[in-house]
Order: sequence, then C-alpha cells, then structure tokens
Amino acid sequence: MRDDEPTNNHSQISHPLMNNPAVKDFLTRITQGKGKAEDTAGSVKALATGFSITFKHYLEQQLKLKPTNTIQYPEERREQFPRTRWRHVLTRYDNGLEKCIGCSLCAGACPARCILVEAAENSDENRVSPGERYAAKYEINMLRCIFCGYCQDACPTGAIVLRKDFELASFSRADNLYTKEMLLEPYNASSRVPISVVDKQ
Amino acid sequence: MPKSLLASWDHLRDSIYNAFILPRYFHGVDLSHLVPYLALIGIFGFSLSILPFLIWIERVALGLVQDRTGPNRVGPRGLLQPSADVLKLFFKEDFQPKSVDKRLYYIAPFLTVMIALSAGAVLPLANITFRLPNGTLQNVPLMVANVNIGLLYMLAASSLGVYGIVLAGWASNNKYSLIGGLRAAAQVISYELAMGLALLCVVVQAGTVNLGGIVYAQDTLPFGLTWLPPFLKGSVFSWFWLQSLIVPVILYTIAMIAETNRAPFDLPEAESELVAGFHTEYSAMKFAAFFAGEYINMLAVCALNAAVFWGGWLPPFNCFPFTFIPGFVWFILKIMSGICLYVWLRGTLPRLRYDALMNLGWKKMLPIALIWLFVLAGYSLIRQIPVHLAGVHYTQAAMLSGGK
Repeated sequence: MRDDEPTNNHSQISHPLMNNPAVKDFLTRITQGKGKAEDTAGSVKALATGFSITFKHYLEQQLKLKPTNTIQYPEERREQFPRTRWRHVLTRYDNGLEKCIGCSLCAGACPARCILVEAAENSDENRVSPGERYAAKYEINMLRCIFCGYCQDACPTGAIVLRKDFELASFSRADNLYTKEMLLEPYNASSRVPISVVDKQ
Repeated sequence: MPKSLLASWDHLRDSIYNAFILPRYFHGVDLSHLVPYLALIGIFGFSLSILPFLIWIERVALGLVQDRTGPNRVGPRGLLQPSADVLKLFFKEDFQPKSVDKRLYYIAPFLTVMIALSAGAVLPLANITFRLPNGTLQNVPLMVANVNIGLLYMLAASSLGVYGIVLAGWASNNKYSLIGGLRAAAQVISYELAMGLALLCVVVQAGTVNLGGIVYAQDTLPFGLTWLPPFLKGSVFSWFWLQSLIVPVILYTIAMIAETNRAPFDLPEAESELVAGFHTEYSAMKFAAFFAGEYINMLAVCALNAAVFWGGWLPPFNCFPFTFIPGFVWFILKIMSGICLYVWLRGTLPRLRYDALMNLGWKKMLPIALIWLFVLAGYSLIRQIPVHLAGVHYTQAAMLSGGK
C-alpha cells in the first residue's frame, strides 16, 4: 500500500480526477457532509456536469448518433471469444472419417464423469475412423458437464472439441443427454469442408 | 398586407376565440354546474390512462441515458410493454405471506392509490369562460372541488399518502419492509416542512390558498409593472417561479421528489439495502397498486408544481400561436416536463445516504425556506402599499383582471 492511499474504505475512489489534490479534497469534504460555503459553486458545477453527461447520452441515443450497447439477442448474438468453451463437437477428417478412435481417454480425464464411450472394431465393410476402433456409443451428460475442456486436452486425435454454440437450454432433463448423433459434426460430401456448428447460424 | 385581409384575420381570430366561450345557460341548464363532473372525468381519465405511457417514458429514457434501447418488443417502440406488464401482474397469483397482518396488508396498497387519486380533486385543469345572459364574461377554473383550502388539502393528501407505505411496512411483518416504511415516514415529515414553506412563499404573494385563485393571480403583468407590453400579461415571466424569486420553486421541486420517494430520495425502497423496502412482500395486483400509486403521486405533485409555480393552464406568452392552444394542453405539457425531470434525475443522481438526506431536509432546505418566506412576506407587503393607498386589495385586483 502506498503512503498517500487512504486507509478508510469509504473514501477509496479511483478516478483520474482524484490525482488532483484540490479535486480530491473537495470531493472528500462534500461526500462527508463537511462542505463549506465556498464549495457551493463547485457543487453546483459538479451537479451540472452530471446532468449534462446524462443529457448528452440521451441525445446521442435518441438521435442515433452513437451505437447502442444493447444486443438484440434472438436476432443478433454477441461475438464469442476464439477459445470459448461451450458445446462439444465430435469432428471429422476432411475425407469424412471420424477422428474419434474410441479410446475413452476423454471419459477418464473428465472430472465430472459425464462422458460415456463404448468402442467397436472397424472393418473394411464398415470403416468409421482411420484407426482400429471407433466410438460406437458416445454420450455426454450436459447437466453434469462443467465445460472445463479436459476432454479436449486429453484427446489424442483432437476428435472432441468445445466450440462456441452456447444456447444449450432445453425443456426436459432427458434432452440434455447428448448422443453421438447430436455431437458429431455433419459431413458434407460435396464440398469436403467440415461445417462447424458455429458457422451454421 | 392589405387592410381588408388584416380585418378578416382579426375577425377569424376573434371568432376562434369566441368559440372557446360557452354560454352560461344552455336551454335552461346552468352549465357551470357541470364543471366539476367534467373535471372529475378529466382527472380520472388523464391520470389513469397516462400511467402506462409514463412507465414507458421512464423505461425508454433511462435506457437511452445508459446507452441501452429500453423496451422495444411489445408494440411499436415497446409502447405496449407496460400494458403487457399490467396484464401479467393481473393474472399472477395473489400471494400472501403467512405471518402478515391480513387487514392492513390488503388495505395498504389500495389506500396509496386512493389517496393519490384524491389529491387531484382540487387541481385546476383549465379555465372555462362563460358568457352571462347580460353579456359579461365569467371565468371558472375547471376543477372538481373549487374550495378555498385547495393548497392545504393538496398538502394533506400528499402527506397522507405515506400511510399506505407505513402500513405496508408494518403489516408485512418483515424487517426490510418495516425499515422501508419508517424511512418513508421520517422522510415525508422532514421534507413536508420545506415543501409547505416553499408553497407559503407563493401564498403570501397570491393572497389565496385556492389553487384556481393562485393561477389567476399569475395572470398579471410581471411584477405588476404596468408599462410592459400586453403579450407579457400572464406570461412565463409573471408566473410564480420568477415572481417568488426562483428559490421556492427549487425548494419545492426537491421536496416533491423526496415526498414521492423517488430517486435520488428513494430510500424507502432502496434495493441495494432493503430488497424492495416497503413492497418486498407484495406481488401481483397489490404491487401494481403501489406502482400506480407512486406514479399518480408523481403526477399530482408535478401538477401542483405546474399550477403554483408554472402558471397552470396559462400559455407562456399571451399572443397569437400560444393563446389558441387550449389551456389543458399547456397544463399537461407542464406536468409532463415535471415527469421528464423526474426521469432525468433518476438517470443522473445516485441515491442519498440516509444522514445526508436528513441533513439536506432539516439543516439546508428548512432554514432557506424560512428566510425566503420572511423576505417574500416583506417584499409583497411593500408591493401592496400603493395598492392599499388606492383602496383596492392587490389580490382582488389580480382576480378581477384574470378574465381580460
């Protein structure tokens, strides 16, 4: 703690104006109810400043000179940060094969124990993933998931990733048990470009 | 401009002006007896139908001040949002906590609304000019009860309103509600004094407590200066905000905000400390009644402000474009600017600390109001000396000159 910092919690105001000792003294005085007669002009000026700021903001918004802070939610959405961790996605390779090899490392890493993986053998007739095995059953209980992203860290093939789709509300508990069909990235054979869930909207 | 055109313009102006003058007796019916009923319809119709609009104004203006948009989903620009909210409150469960004092708990919100509405009884909405059979004109203020204690009644009604809040705080059997109710009582008592003294400053100048009479007393040349041009008669400069030398109107405006428990004096429902204060335990229509009561109260004190300090139904200048707009429109405009001030204050100022509130009321506003009352009493005494010498009482002269 610096020497000039006040010890009283009530007077700790951090604002560039408070670097000016005269302003700081004045504000401290009037907020403690110890204002003097010569503070009247300053108080009136302070009030006028406050009122003019709110009026300026009102005019700017009313005349649409400045953009509003409001995001009209169902029509527009706030841009998510690049590394946001929301809904899980099981990704594919460019040729359409699933990345998941059914190793259950994600389930082992999960602190909430919300992932269930049951593996099955690949065969030449039914090749799902490039490796020996694939996930025949892949379920995530989203009610338990804490979105820590450990499954993504644990995955050796980068199959399970957490992406930006954040609208996960549902009307029943059963709907929150996400199956492999729900998690799997859709495969568009014509373009050979994976369509991420985020870009779908 | 050719002379004939000028004459026909004068004729047109006179005929429009005459259209506002009613005959006193219409097929044997004394029309002046219908004035209270007209005023009753006006007060109820206006104050109840404007409520959703007031809430809308407040929410949108506050939103814009804070760089938000405010309600914009229900109806054009969110105009139907308050109506939708009322509909929701109407269909909500009429919940009542176990340990409340049932009788008072149910009475309190509706007491608030009733008292707030009853304040409108003595408000002069407009001036009606009747032509008597012998051709002379008679001015009658459009009000429900043309009583000679109008201002006192108004003060009584605005301070009775706190009963609803105190009873709600007591009956809820909840510590936050009780603190809210007690704060409301203490606040109203301390600001009532300054409010009454500020109004008394006007009363010593107008010489009457009849609100209609106070408005007629403003329909004179500014400061009684007879050499001023006639378009200044009853103009913005002769209203009591200036005639009482500005300080009382500031005091009254501060006191009226404290009296209606609105920001920055909204300590009875300070949500950062008291959950929701006196209406913590209220929901559904009982909450809506408190809400309506608060807004009707705001309308009432703003109307009193408009009538006493801002010339009531008088247009800002006694000349062409202003005089053709009916008086009640001016009155409503003045009330609505008071409401806008409320919203602006709420968007700007943080809530006062409780001791600061009491300091302001007792140590600042009360002495200033007292000193100003003495100043103005002396001033109006001096002003009346020449009138007394001429044998005409000042206020009588003002009343007589009210109708041109």
